Amino acid sequence: MKRFVLAFGLILGATVAHAEIDIQEVESSGGFDAWLVEDHTIPFVALELRFRGGGSLDLEGKRGATNLMVGLLEEGAADMDSRGFAEAKEAIAAEISYGMTDDVVRISTQFLTETQDDAVSLLRASLVEPTFDEESIERVRQQVLSSLQSDATDPDKILSRTFDAMVFGEHPYATDYNGTIESVATLTRDDIVTAWHNAIAQDRVYVSAAGDITAEELGALMDRVLTDLPEQGAPEPEDIDVVTEAGVTVVPFETPQAVAMFGHGGMERDDPDFFAAYVMNTIFGEGGFESRLMNEVREKRGLTYGIYSYLVPKDHAELVVGRVASSNDRIGEAIDVIRDEWAKLAETGVTEAELEQAKTYLTGAYPLRFEGNGPIAKILVGMQMDGLSPDYVTDRNANIEAVTLDDIKRVAAELMKPDELAFVVVGQPEGLSDTVGQ
Amino acid sequence: MRHLPLAFALALTPLTAVTARAEAPVTSFELENGMQVVVIEDHRAPVVEHMVWYRAGSADEQPGVSGVAHFLEHLLFKGTQKLDPGEFSKVVAANGGSDNAFTSFDQTAYHQRVAADRLDLMMEMESDRMVNLQLGEADILTERDVIIEERNMRVENDPRGLFREQLQAALYLNHPYGTPIIGWRHEMEALDLDAALDFYRQYYAPNNAILIVAGDVTPDEVRRLADKYYAPIPPNPDLKPRARPSEPRQMAERRLIFRDARVSTPYVNRMYLAPERDPGAQEQGAALTILAEILGGGQTSVLNQALQFDQKKAVYTSAYYNGSSLDDGSFGLFVVPAPGVTLEDAEAAMDEVVAKFMVEGVDPAQLERIKFQMKASQIYAQDNVSGLARRYGDALTSGLTIEDVQAWPEILQAVTAEDVMAAAEMIFDRDKSVTGYLMPAEEVTQ
Repeated sequence: MKRFVLAFGLILGATVAHAEIDIQEVESSGGFDAWLVEDHTIPFVALELRFRGGGSLDLEGKRGATNLMVGLLEEGAADMDSRGFAEAKEAIAAEISYGMTDDVVRISTQFLTETQDDAVSLLRASLVEPTFDEESIERVRQQVLSSLQSDATDPDKILSRTFDAMVFGEHPYATDYNGTIESVATLTRDDIVTAWHNAIAQDRVYVSAAGDITAEELGALMDRVLTDLPEQGAPEPEDIDVVTEAGVTVVPFETPQAVAMFGHGGMERDDPDFFAAYVMNTIFGEGGFESRLMNEVREKRGLTYGIYSYLVPKDHAELVVGRVASSNDRIGEAIDVIRDEWAKLAETGVTEAELEQAKTYLTGAYPLRFEGNGPIAKILVGMQMDGLSPDYVTDRNANIEAVTLDDIKRVAAELMKPDELAFVVVGQPEGLSDTVGQ
Repeated sequence: MRHLPLAFALALTPLTAVTARAEAPVTSFELENGMQVVVIEDHRAPVVEHMVWYRAGSADEQPGVSGVAHFLEHLLFKGTQKLDPGEFSKVVAANGGSDNAFTSFDQTAYHQRVAADRLDLMMEMESDRMVNLQLGEADILTERDVIIEERNMRVENDPRGLFREQLQAALYLNHPYGTPIIGWRHEMEALDLDAALDFYRQYYAPNNAILIVAGDVTPDEVRRLADKYYAPIPPNPDLKPRARPSEPRQMAERRLIFRDARVSTPYVNRMYLAPERDPGAQEQGAALTILAEILGGGQTSVLNQALQFDQKKAVYTSAYYNGSSLDDGSFGLFVVPAPGVTLEDAEAAMDEVVAKFMVEGVDPAQLERIKFQMKASQIYAQDNVSGLARRYGDALTSGLTIEDVQAWPEILQAVTAEDVMAAAEMIFDRDKSVTGYLMPAEEVTQ
């Protein structure tokens, strides 16, 4: 068992050398791996499970099957019906939440040390022996349909869907993993069982824990929960290159404030330049910081309440995108400013002062993320999915510090592509009309 | 940033440790200028949350300037004699921290999360803007555009947001809780510097503020720094006890229908006027908290079991109690009908379920599960010291005391089935309620 120690003191100065994150790599006798930060201060455990694949594993014509399956995991398992499972969970005050995205099924758990055994039994039952009874399928199906109906008139949802359809083409990412009203209506119990076998399997699982549990206990827990799962799930979809065309696509929708998304292809998470791109985006459009976009669009002009840009390295495609919302009569001006800033970044990079400020922010903020068992467990499992090693926590700030002005200039010139910058606007924007394909 | 003047030493009232067993140690003391200080220790990570809460929220605004409390909250980032506009957040970020603020009916709070050794700097800046705000006319106009865009985002662009405003306005006949925190749009558009400064001068003073520091810090260190930065600020001698217009006797049920073309999921929401948790007398609030859990708190709740599982008339139900407020709060019931079920039928079914509950009473096993979950949530809450800080700040600016916050878990555990039924008898009075339907526009056909 290896141990990696992140001493905060190394980062923040000699005055605060007492707190540290001690990551243990755990291997169970059954051969499952996990990362653990042991801390017995509070008598509970935060446990994170991830299954890579998620909504992208939906089979042709079965869009939404994985989502419906995930929604049913807590609706009855082993000898418990939906109510029985919920009562058992409530009786021991365990928190088990099931969620998913395009790339992953997520199970976040918190349980008291005193009820650990029962909590693990429930978790195992939900993953290994879910019932998927017809009555529950219908009930959860109606919930999904209700939310899909709601999404159909939600400007933010219309925006994401239009943008995804535009940039991802034929890939599963192009459509909503919740499915469509038509696809969800026709999903059968067999489709759900298939989705379960495809998504919840040993070959794609990642585990982390933080809190009141030892390495031995965590090993035994993993063997109990994971041993009876299928060894192999379904193959993941192919990678794709995102291709966009500069311009504006308007989706007319009667609402006072227009919402917009903008961007184009991005950078892979394991690209050697990712740190430089990350620092660059912090300066350009990361929220909660004095970013260029926030300064230009909100602080100077009052055109919006919030504007953000993100690097989105998904498993099979990458984007650099942003979002903004402005009144219909002002969104046009916001878009002009964004275009100018995009081009300016590509041409001239950032200033020495901006780089220094971003570095102090990023290096100072990093240790603050490790606040409590819940956040620590989530960080650990995220690192594993990103293919990082435990010593990333000690090296990460040095990697940020190593980014130079030239690195950012080079990366900005490659990554920011004004001639591929596509906007989608949902609303009734004044003075804006479709320019794509004309 | 220039340096702020050094504080002179000031006597403090005696330190009172009110430590709850097996929980994060909480210490409280008061500066001589009336500023209350609360320290919540958690030494697991070298991080602190620094918060200043003002006992002033939107319900403390004068008539006609709705939204000014929130507008002022934005303007507090626009500089002082010592800090340029935007510099506050810039300095926090340059120190690896994050900062923000929020406004509610009864409170406005400013907070930063930083490495523990930067607490000094946070206090220096936060104490500065408590009294030294300096605003230009241009800042005001740009920021007013920003809050109007914020209203657009939170309310105007979402029919549910507009519906909530209409419901809340109908629930309160006289109390300012009927006015939205962010403000009515037409009044926001006219907010000016004078309105903001009036609110600032009246309410931003140490004797109307609570300092909460949570995390890797000792009470002695907080006392030393508070002494240096906050203690020299003179109290506002003109601060009056908080008294808002109060509700008259409510004598008639209100009903409203809100239609909007953007609605695709209609629902029914009933709100009852509900007594809030009072200092030293939280028993009824505790019973209402548990009643909300029993009726709509989760998968095994009464509404959920009856309407989703047995009758299949709903796709979603909930019940909630807003009791953490200075004045009367609300108790709500919420049903999203299943396809083919009208809002009238959903409402009738909801009322039948409640009527049946009033006859059958509380399931003892459910009550036991709820209490155990509440006990566990006390343990889970220890993992999030920022959350604990908020819990104290929220309570202390809503008229409760530290003792009330610490007694709350035991008061919840002491609630009996009889207490819950008595609270239910009291709360379900339609004369003190509003029932709203959120519906699609009439002309819309699918």
